[in-house]
Amino acid sequence: MDNESQYSGYSYKSSHSRSSRKHRERRDRHRSKSRDGSSRGDKSVTIHTPGEPLLDAESTRGDDRDDNWGETTTVVTGTSEHSISNEDLTRLTKDLEESTPLECKRFVGPILGGCLSFFALVTPLAFLILPQVLWRDVLEPCGTPCEGLYVSLAFKLLVLLISSWALFLRPPSATLPRFFVFRCLLMVLVFLFVASYWLFYGVRVLEPREKDYRGIVEYAASLVDALLFIQYLALVLLEVRHLQPAFCLKVVRSTDGTSKFYNVGHLSIQRAAVWVLDRYYSDFPVYNPALLNLPKSILSKKMTGFKVYSLDENPTNNSTGQSRAMIAAAARRRDNSHNEFYYEEAEMERRVRKRKARLVVAVEEAFTHIKRLHEEEVASSPKHPREVMDPREAAQAIFAPMARAMQKYLRTTRQQAFHSMESILTHLQFCITHNMTPKAFLERYLSPGPTMQYQQQNGRGRQWTLVSEEPVTSSLRQGLVFSLRRMDFSLVVTVTPLPFLRLQEEFIDPKSHKFVMRLQSETSV
Amino acid sequence: MSQNFVPGQPVSVVTQRIEIQKLQHGDHLILGFSIGGGIDQDPSQNPFSEDKADKGIYVTRISAGGPADVAGLRMGDKIMQVNGWDMTMMTHDQARKRLTKKKENVVRLLVTRKSLEDAVKHSMCSYPKQIQAKPGFKD
Repeated sequence: MDNESQYSGYSYKSSHSRSSRKHRERRDRHRSKSRDGSSRGDKSVTIHTPGEPLLDAESTRGDDRDDNWGETTTVVTGTSEHSISNEDLTRLTKDLEESTPLECKRFVGPILGGCLSFFALVTPLAFLILPQVLWRDVLEPCGTPCEGLYVSLAFKLLVLLISSWALFLRPPSATLPRFFVFRCLLMVLVFLFVASYWLFYGVRVLEPREKDYRGIVEYAASLVDALLFIQYLALVLLEVRHLQPAFCLKVVRSTDGTSKFYNVGHLSIQRAAVWVLDRYYSDFPVYNPALLNLPKSILSKKMTGFKVYSLDENPTNNSTGQSRAMIAAAARRRDNSHNEFYYEEAEMERRVRKRKARLVVAVEEAFTHIKRLHEEEVASSPKHPREVMDPREAAQAIFAPMARAMQKYLRTTRQQAFHSMESILTHLQFCITHNMTPKAFLERYLSPGPTMQYQQQNGRGRQWTLVSEEPVTSSLRQGLVFSLRRMDFSLVVTVTPLPFLRLQEEFIDPKSHKFVMRLQSETSV
Repeated sequence: MSQNFVPGQPVSVVTQRIEIQKLQHGDHLILGFSIGGGIDQDPSQNPFSEDKADKGIYVTRISAGGPADVAGLRMGDKIMQVNGWDMTMMTHDQARKRLTKKKENVVRLLVTRKSLEDAVKHSMCSYPKQIQAKPGFKD
């Protein structure tokens, strides 16, 4: 087992010791927070240099230093003599993910499609040009009808070109585990089509050296028409069919229960998975593993109930009844863990509010120290020479008074892994440049934003695993459940069809709105 | 009325017979009380009914010393029958007409009130006096 003191700056943490860490956290609530700020992660290698984001935002672990983590760690021991621990495994996987070269597999599909469409577009031109080149003198001259066909051919090719560029030549946003059925179908269709046209062309035109040029031009024009129709088919299958909503997907994150509902159309499971992930990055609040689970101290009380062991050889009814009664008595014993949980939550909430109040006041005050210098004020500056700063310097100038309050607040809400000092400064600079109020500056920190906010842009992409009991190219239907797994959490997606709506009409005559007073008369007799 | 009032269904209540002699007051005969309620009125505003869906005829005011007061009618009584005519499914105006017939000098009312029910319950009597009143039938 690695001893953490050997690697300065490298922090390992096994997920199993998380509960003991929480236990210690509760016990050492008031321990001074004089840590070096390095956070722990069991799936990332972090080299702590100031000014860099400390961790990949999706794989953070908690904040407290846990000196005795080794005592509750379990180790995966293989049968070989090279045994590596759990942390090593996850570290290796993370390394692989981070350092994967730009996958070529990502571009195979688009490149293939591009070649095929280029081939298809060039074919009509080839049909026209080849006879001219090869046996020009034998060809019958073709007058006005041909010219009309030339023009229409040119325009249709232009339309094909532009729409292909607009629709299909987009960088793909995801690689799917299996073939994308419709796309493959269409590519095969186009290929067969063009191939058969070439076949006929070769047999009927090239071989006998066909003289009727007009026929050849019409042949090329029919090919272009057919390509246009195939493109229409592609448009409908790939883009339009799934626009009308037909299913409601419920997406639940397994670690903290955040859930959202989305309406999608008829998609295959893998396409639906990509769709969900697109929305996951902007809708779901970022995954913060520090915010999970009840403290062990609250749960541990439940676990210390006493067990009843019967050591008789022939357990009679009497003894089982007796033991059952004892167990029932143990269960009825007063269990106050919910009380503790309630008070601890109330305490935590109070503390967060207090820190938040301090932070808001500090930031507001800090923002009053600077103001924007307008052009006309420059003239008055010779009288009172003020130091003119650019946004970066201004941000650094006002950061100092609010730094402490900010740090305390982030620690309390367990967000400090997501924001480094450098990132806060950059954000402050950004806000100052765009004339934002302190409240606008703080919105980033007061509530956990979507995962997109914390992403660093690297072209490597995110690795997700689609776990499904059905083949992933099958279409969505009712009752389907699949999940999208990342290393430490997963999204469970349930599919329900949208209800069929029977809309009826009811006509109300505007003159039919009439009212009377409610009667309550009293008559004396 | 302890049961929920369902219009059209027979009701079982404890009733009291009250006989009121009409008094000549100037030009016409008066009974000395006021009625409220009726099937054309708003039952939710009736302060005397237990079930706010009850659209029966209620006694809303009794003039002190008048014939009704003397006969034992109390405020808040629900009138079930007048001279044999059912009052549970009557409009307000019809009820007024039934009570103020010029040819009749005496009106015999069947009224019910909550205290009657309670009294019967508390008395531990095994055969409470009950009258079945079917709507719309002359007794």
